[in-house]
Amino acid sequence: MKFTLSWLKDHLETEAALDEIVETLTRIGLEVEYVVDPAQKLKDFTVAYVIEAKQHPNADRLRVCMVDIGSGTPVQVVCGAPNARTGMKSVFSAPGTYIPGKDMTLGKGVIRGVESNGMLCSAAELQLSDDHDGIIDLPGDAPVGARYVDYAALSDPMIEINLTPNRPDATGVHGIARDLAAAGLGTLKDHAIKPAEGSFACPVDVKLDFATEDKHLAPLFALRLVRGVRNGPSPDWMQKRLKSIGLRPINALVDITNYVTFDRGRPLHVFDAKKVSGDLVVRRARDGEQVLALDGKTYTLKPETVVIADNNGVESIAGIMGGEHSGCDEATTDVLIESALWDPMNIARSGRDLGVVTDARYRFERGVDPAFCIPGAELATHLVIELCGGEPSQLVVAGEQPRSETAIDFPLSEVQRLTGLTLETSDMVRTLEKLGFGVLGQATNADRVIVNVPSWRPDVEGKADIAEEIVRIAGVDSVMSTPLPRLDAAVARPILTLLQKRTRLARRALAAQGLVEAVTWSFVSKEQAQGFGGGQPELALANPIAADLSDMRPSLLPGLLKAAQRNADRGLGDVAMFEVGQVFKGAGEKDQRITAAAIRRGTAKPQGAGRHWSGRAGAVDVFDAKSDAMAMLAALGVPLGGLHVVAGGAAFLHPGRSGTMQFGPKNVIGWFGEFHPRTLEMLDVEGPLCGFEIVLDDLPAPRAKPTKVKGKLELSEFMPLERDFAFVVDHSVAAAEILRAVQSAERSMIAAVNVFDVYEGAGIPQGKKSVGVAVTLQPREKTLTDVEIEQIAGRIVAEVTKKTGASLRG
Amino acid sequence: MSDLLSLESSTLADIAGAADEAQLEAVRVAALGKKGSISALLATLGKMSPDERKTAGAAINALKDKVGEALNARRTILKDAALEVRLASETVDVTLPVRDAPSETGRIHPISQVMDELTAIFADMGFSIAEGPDIESDDYNFTKLNFPAGHPAREMHDTFFFQPDAQPGSLGERKLLRTHTSPVQVRTMLSSKPPIRVICPGRTYRCDSDQTHTPMFHQVEGLVIDQGAHLGHLKWVLEEFCKAFFEVPNVKMRFRPSFFPFTEPSMEVDIQCRRSGGEIRFGEGEDWLEILGCGMVHPNVLRNCGVDPDVYQGFAWGMGIDRIAMLKYGMPDLRPFFEGDVRWLSHYGFKPLDMPSLAGGLSA
Repeated sequence: MKFTLSWLKDHLETEAALDEIVETLTRIGLEVEYVVDPAQKLKDFTVAYVIEAKQHPNADRLRVCMVDIGSGTPVQVVCGAPNARTGMKSVFSAPGTYIPGKDMTLGKGVIRGVESNGMLCSAAELQLSDDHDGIIDLPGDAPVGARYVDYAALSDPMIEINLTPNRPDATGVHGIARDLAAAGLGTLKDHAIKPAEGSFACPVDVKLDFATEDKHLAPLFALRLVRGVRNGPSPDWMQKRLKSIGLRPINALVDITNYVTFDRGRPLHVFDAKKVSGDLVVRRARDGEQVLALDGKTYTLKPETVVIADNNGVESIAGIMGGEHSGCDEATTDVLIESALWDPMNIARSGRDLGVVTDARYRFERGVDPAFCIPGAELATHLVIELCGGEPSQLVVAGEQPRSETAIDFPLSEVQRLTGLTLETSDMVRTLEKLGFGVLGQATNADRVIVNVPSWRPDVEGKADIAEEIVRIAGVDSVMSTPLPRLDAAVARPILTLLQKRTRLARRALAAQGLVEAVTWSFVSKEQAQGFGGGQPELALANPIAADLSDMRPSLLPGLLKAAQRNADRGLGDVAMFEVGQVFKGAGEKDQRITAAAIRRGTAKPQGAGRHWSGRAGAVDVFDAKSDAMAMLAALGVPLGGLHVVAGGAAFLHPGRSGTMQFGPKNVIGWFGEFHPRTLEMLDVEGPLCGFEIVLDDLPAPRAKPTKVKGKLELSEFMPLERDFAFVVDHSVAAAEILRAVQSAERSMIAAVNVFDVYEGAGIPQGKKSVGVAVTLQPREKTLTDVEIEQIAGRIVAEVTKKTGASLRG
Repeated sequence: MSDLLSLESSTLADIAGAADEAQLEAVRVAALGKKGSISALLATLGKMSPDERKTAGAAINALKDKVGEALNARRTILKDAALEVRLASETVDVTLPVRDAPSETGRIHPISQVMDELTAIFADMGFSIAEGPDIESDDYNFTKLNFPAGHPAREMHDTFFFQPDAQPGSLGERKLLRTHTSPVQVRTMLSSKPPIRVICPGRTYRCDSDQTHTPMFHQVEGLVIDQGAHLGHLKWVLEEFCKAFFEVPNVKMRFRPSFFPFTEPSMEVDIQCRRSGGEIRFGEGEDWLEILGCGMVHPNVLRNCGVDPDVYQGFAWGMGIDRIAMLKYGMPDLRPFFEGDVRWLSHYGFKPLDMPSLAGGLSA
């Protein structure tokens, strides 16, 4: 919403300076976006008198002027304007002045051998109009040496406020003035609008043609003919105001409608009566009906949109934009003035469907004052008669003003309850009354009053709204900040859930592995979603912002893999990244899971990437991914006893170089591995790449413990001892099976089992491998004898042989 | 006796001349070994008369002791020399660079870091962290929050929608991506009883993309519901939060009346700052920077969530996590937050052990 200071002062009697007005507007909720004072950029331009203009000695089109600029010493200026002549008054700028229309700062110059000490300016150079045919020609009484902005009264600052959608009343200057008056910045001027005396019946009738359930679409419609008007340019003052808020003056009749729109927040429409055929019918559009609107575009309408039609068809899109056919131009002699009420929701929807934003739609969709519909028609009539002459008809009114009287039972204590602010009752009542609210019943009950909401405030529905009105005018800054008491007057308690803790810890653990955290889009392309187990129709956006961001991600990996490739494309091929975030298995709320995923590319090993004197890092592989996954699980305190790693992972992984991590066959928590070549091809990324993804929601909780006491530390007095075994097994036997078999052979004594060697080749039969296993035995009660050690070793070998078909390597 | 003297001098000369421990050992064996020269002399004592033995014995034993001492002394010298040689041979170039520790190269994304900072601050004030799904119903994202259907405020949200539910028996509901984290407030009120103190951080979405908007961003909202929570408390919470978060002793804040469908009264909050170049300093200066929106929870919202607005009241606020991260840590643009450029992440990210805490300070 834009207006100028002088326009505001038409409605507000005030002595307040611009700064105070601007500050107050923001303070009471009409946030000032910016203030533009056109005078600011033109402050250095002055009125000058051309003492003499004679032909330039060296140029046919130039004149050399001696100019009186009010300083006592005439100044010589070379001027190229055809209208420069002796005895005229114009606008002068001295060297050093910024010329807005040329975006340059004027210098002293010598033009074709003649010195020039300034410039006489055109209106275009001052950005006052497009006129650059000659210099500004001022009347003879213009005072030489005066600032041009003062002489031309250009100093009228324009204020733009960022209007919140709940304040239709402030879409007009009058409503803004009312708020400022309530805030103590002056007195609201009351412009009583008298009905225009119609001397004849309006020859055009209006019919509201709606089914009963649609009557709300157009509850009230007022129409009047003014005949015998002369439509030309609107007066200078009106043009100036419209221009300063960015509107282009068209002609007086159209300008009046725009003026009232901004002056009162009351959009109007004018039809050229001679172009209207028969009566006006207000109705839903017929499906596919077309109208050429005033913006020069043809709109194809649907029945959701309301139109004003006559025998010619649609003449206007209700509440949004008039039609070109019956628009007013310089030839208009008879004008029909429309002031109507429309349904805000319907206008919002129609405007959205048609993709049109107009000043009328802006107001109607917020809800214009229903009580000002008829006064609006009268105000427009007076302006038409004043500016264009003519003779008004009687007013035709179809429908009736909807009753919108809201009365709110308001305990004045509500203000303190909601805001903590203590105000005098009389101040609260005065604020409400100045805003136009009626306050009743205070005499009978000191605390409770009945507040009648004015017709221009459809946003005020209840007690909280009334409290807001009082507080915003009193100033939110006057609310004292008050410490919020602690719920438990003690040390703050832990608040994170297990999953929240694990989500945070997972990030720290992975970063501590040297991985860099990325945050990638929650959406991926359909193809990527499908490639990672997603792509269900319920996870596809109906209105994606781009084709490659169309589906909710089923996995964090495609986003990470693409990011890694972008880094590689910039020359950073060895990247290690992770993300901890949501993935979507379906559209239900339980289908959203928190997962942690990491990828490594190139040689970005956990120990460091690339070449180094201490050893060159090789390509990342499945075990780097596994190590990241295990490090994270360990940091999260997941009890790893029941964790099984099974060969093979998700379809997007390399089938022979990936593993599935699970707690029992039904609780798969994730995968790790190298990627399937087809996955890389689909994503258009290059390896070597490995990664893992684990669903944090699915991890088992740590066992609950009754106290924080750690279990008793039991130290054995006896030396541990280590025995090595080399088992020859089939190539397909998993190391984990051997380790499990070892463990189960002698549970009480075995403290640790590790694989120290895996060998295939010479000395080992084809299709077999040798797995070197180191077993640490920890005696608890006595030192083991050689015989006892041999017995244990025998049991281990027997168990491994039984479970895996192994033989001891000879 | 001259034999003894010459033996002494030749043995001591041999000891002094031994170049290493092996040679020294050979000298020892030659002198003191079973068949050594001094051992042989000692063996002659048995055949001597007591007087001779007394004299000669003392002299030979003195020689033996002297040679023994000389051997020990020489051994120590040779050992030290040998150790020095060994140590010298083991010398390496300690100026060679070592690899960076993984905890040195790993990074936490600024959004995660700021979420941890928010958690530290609000946990201390007794707030829990509430979360909800990104895929929401229209009811929770709009209707329960007092956005009337078709209202312009709803249109300002640039909502991402899913296709209407085509399952047989469904109501054809059209799910959406939440446009703000406010539906988590609805869920919290529906599932728990006052007093309520939660913050709701999370991902939010709007189909808007330009220099300063991304289709996905992060918000944090706060909600307090009890019997006496009023605007003054809201101001205090926000002031304390801003001081703690921006780590400045004072902040000046400006509360401007505004409009949100779900709060009444509603306010936007500006924070005082000084801008110079690309840098913003809080707690000083003449500029105002909009940082968050807030207000008293609208009675309709309370009612919609099963809370009696005549008994309970409360306040809520919301702000952009990405935005406050940018303000605090000076990232000039939003878009790189989501591009996964490791150069950006390494520069603006945080080290894994930089854990925000109130005791140690939020940032290093």
